[in-house]
Amino acid sequence: MTSASSLRTTPLHSVHRALGARMVDFGGWDMPVQYSGIVDEHRTVRSAVGVFDVSHMGEIEIRGPEAGKLADFVTTNHAQKLKIGQAHYSGLLYQHGGFVDDILVHKVADDRYFLCVNAANQEKDFEHIRAHNRFQAEVEFSSPRYAQIAIQGPFARATLQKLTPVDLAAIRYYWFTDGAVAGTPARIAHTGYTGEDGFEIYVPPDEAVRLWNEVLRAGAEFGAKPCGLGARNTLRLEAKMALYGHEIDASISPLEADLAWIVKLDKGEFVGRDALVKQKERGVTRKLVGFEMCARGIGRDGYEVHLDSAPAGWVTSGSPSPTLHKNIGLCYLPASRAHAGQPIQIIVRNQPVDAVTVETPFYKRAK
Amino acid sequence: MDPENLRYTQEHEWLLVEGAIGTVGITHHAQEELGDIVYVDLPRAGTQLTQANPLGSVESVKAVSEIYAPVSGEVLEINAALADAPQKLNEDPYGAGWLVKLKLTEPAQADSLMSAAEYQAYVGAEK
Repeated sequence: MTSASSLRTTPLHSVHRALGARMVDFGGWDMPVQYSGIVDEHRTVRSAVGVFDVSHMGEIEIRGPEAGKLADFVTTNHAQKLKIGQAHYSGLLYQHGGFVDDILVHKVADDRYFLCVNAANQEKDFEHIRAHNRFQAEVEFSSPRYAQIAIQGPFARATLQKLTPVDLAAIRYYWFTDGAVAGTPARIAHTGYTGEDGFEIYVPPDEAVRLWNEVLRAGAEFGAKPCGLGARNTLRLEAKMALYGHEIDASISPLEADLAWIVKLDKGEFVGRDALVKQKERGVTRKLVGFEMCARGIGRDGYEVHLDSAPAGWVTSGSPSPTLHKNIGLCYLPASRAHAGQPIQIIVRNQPVDAVTVETPFYKRAK
Repeated sequence: MDPENLRYTQEHEWLLVEGAIGTVGITHHAQEELGDIVYVDLPRAGTQLTQANPLGSVESVKAVSEIYAPVSGEVLEINAALADAPQKLNEDPYGAGWLVKLKLTEPAQADSLMSAAEYQAYVGAEK
């Protein structure tokens, strides 16, 4: 076990301790996994509003006259097609087509792109982007300048609106704007990782504690609660959002991970494109698919999946679904069998347990 | 918070000794660490358990955790109510959340377990 002192912390660390959160080592960060309980926090986000410290996430900025060209060269989605103030989900790939990371790309200006990347990957991402920078662009590691708070749930907008003069209703989903939150300059993005409506705000680290408290106070009338990484995981799983190290990693391509929608092969050259073109021609051999347990048991990360009584794949994420009251998960299967309605067995502590593949996402919010 | 009359293990089980009968459960600290418990797997009555060997498992939303026998003994009774109401382990770990009753085969083993004060110090040091 890593000693707590060697773990990295966010500017909200003392707040989590004071709230009595259960802390865990998450990729080298001492982070809250839960406060009141994963199920309670999960339901709070689905029915009211939850507040998450996601300051461990990294930020990288690309600036300069060819910022868009570099962004497009290192990512799979078409960055230069974004409008100013718009964001999208994208992939950073190796030459061989596997993921360096999955990221959000925000276009701040024609010569300025703002990337939000995974905590444990941020230094690796930065080096990767720099190594491929053959453009008139600068790459800046900006994480130290930002804390990030996610406000998620049907009352997220009402909560945040109390603290900002920005008209939040005018920010469309996956758009963002810069504005004041409780008097502090913030980047306000209509994004999230919960499958629920919500916002993610990027704020100065020395204002994080005050803003965290302001947000919780503003949301109190709607039942706002602090939420940890445990609920964040069950929420994103219900929405079938990928988690690096689980659904995707250096050995998995976006085509295998059911993320073809973030790959724009027609936008021009980018790192990993050739490998994806070949893979597309040949067809992928394995594919990510959702499942539900049919019998008692939970198929968890890393468990073996059997088809016709023989090993055929593995579980990438699995958990009870607090919204659906079922045990759900995602797994890789041979592509020819990775469609809904396929009976499978998951080996739960040496016992095969019946499950069936299903359509995803498991949960989709009513709009 | 941890009852004075129980003995405790380093794996966060508790043992209540009443004559030749021992009742086993998991501690408040254990249920708190596990979070929302969804499944409890227990041995059948008649199973012979050996001290420090697996007794069963508890599964929460986030993880599966083995439970170990605090002492050796034969399983007399299991808490069948947990099958439909595993949340009792979270709500009342020292009461309605008990797991199994054992007929102790080596009662002296209980002396090797921690007292409530020792267990509290142990949990405090682990944090």
